Amino acid sequence: MRPDRSSSTFSPQEYARYSRHIIIPEFGLDGQEALKKARVLVIGSGGLGSPSLLYLAAAGVGHIGIVDFDTVDDSNLQRQVLFSTDDIGKGKAAQAQKRLQRLNPYIDVVIHETRLDRTNARELIRQYDIVADGTDNFPTRYLVNDACVLEGKVNVYASIFQFEGQVSVFNYLNADGTRGPNYRDIFPEPPPPGLVPNCSEGGVLGVLPGIIGSMQALEVIKVITGVGEPLAGRLFLFDASSFHTRFLNIRRNEAVRIEELIDYQQFCGLDIPEAPVVEVSVHEMEEWRRQGEPFQLIDVREPYEYAIAQIGGELMPVGQIASFLPRISRDRKVIVHCRSGVRSARAIRELQSLDHFDNLFNLKGGILAYSREIDQSVPQY
Amino acid sequence: MAKIMIPTPLRKFTGNQPVLESSSETVDLAIRQLIQTHPALQRHLLDGNDQIRSFVRIFVGDTDYQELQGPATPVHQDTVISIVPAIAGGSPSDPQNQPV
Repeated sequence: MRPDRSSSTFSPQEYARYSRHIIIPEFGLDGQEALKKARVLVIGSGGLGSPSLLYLAAAGVGHIGIVDFDTVDDSNLQRQVLFSTDDIGKGKAAQAQKRLQRLNPYIDVVIHETRLDRTNARELIRQYDIVADGTDNFPTRYLVNDACVLEGKVNVYASIFQFEGQVSVFNYLNADGTRGPNYRDIFPEPPPPGLVPNCSEGGVLGVLPGIIGSMQALEVIKVITGVGEPLAGRLFLFDASSFHTRFLNIRRNEAVRIEELIDYQQFCGLDIPEAPVVEVSVHEMEEWRRQGEPFQLIDVREPYEYAIAQIGGELMPVGQIASFLPRISRDRKVIVHCRSGVRSARAIRELQSLDHFDNLFNLKGGILAYSREIDQSVPQY
Repeated sequence: MAKIMIPTPLRKFTGNQPVLESSSETVDLAIRQLIQTHPALQRHLLDGNDQIRSFVRIFVGDTDYQELQGPATPVHQDTVISIVPAIAGGSPSDPQNQPV
């Protein structure tokens, strides 16, 4: 991807800015010019996107696109270093664009404040040379992967969970014109919903996306400049708790065929309607309390969440809910709650699959709603 | 003893142990012994047909065991077996990914 040097020029300010790159013998002016001409689409400006965007902008990637429709939340700031307290409630893509243009006014930053889906993914990705996938859910992972394969784009992949990070370069164009393995060659199918916890359920150490997102930026820069050996055909694993690192060899799986974009919600099992659960609002629960209506309150969160905030429920974590069956009341109403109401609904469905219950109520909005609407002294997290 | 590397998402089913030892002779036996010791791992590792789930890969050293001898891949004293699941991060503000 090295450019014709005569076709690109740097201003004196740019030479000064990029001098530490240009004086690296293997990198040089050619490498910097390749960065300036490159068009990189970063999908997600959160935990992974924050560090990768900062480094790609600082490095002088000439055209950066950001896909994000989300807004900045308090809980993002522990790891999403693009944003500050003043940005809470504002659109991530727009705030990221401002920050990156302040960091480097010699590049173009374009934002796409939209949810990537199968109707827009190929057209969007087609406009760029390389994609950096920093998304946070399986449907979008598969969508980005498939769109990159169909459009012939390199997909620099990074993913995190708690202390664990994964990095690879998918669909890399080899010297012989063939393409390297992609995400589906490793994981042909996604896990069913609920089987793999996500970061907001399992948490993530804030500095981990900083490390893994920086590695993602490194691989993007290597692919653009041709410097070094990209992580194509290899999956890098990083365990931050032990600092254990591993490289695993991955290969094309000839059984995997990607011919068109599909319904990724359906593919990931997210379009199957779940059995409804009976809900009760925090106000109704308080009314029952005032009227002396007897009920059992069960908290299905984890013990470390209970330590942050609790509203008097009996702790029975959702992962072990079946083992608490004998402790669940049969002769009075039972209100089940979690942080926002999703895990508690899952717990109710599991209990109802194990035995006949007609007295289970899901606390709508969970402890967050209780904090907002009943008692603001209960911490939100 | 051979080592089985447990990924972060599955450590809550192994009492937070990141590495377990195995004296089994094949990868298949090592995985089954692991599940016998930690039964909660079963639904995360095996599908309804008792096969390794499609979103979990098993590596022996740095090679996918399917490229070796699959379940019959021999396990030696210094073998390192890695269980590698798909992970996707996760945002509470994504309605498709509402966690809690």
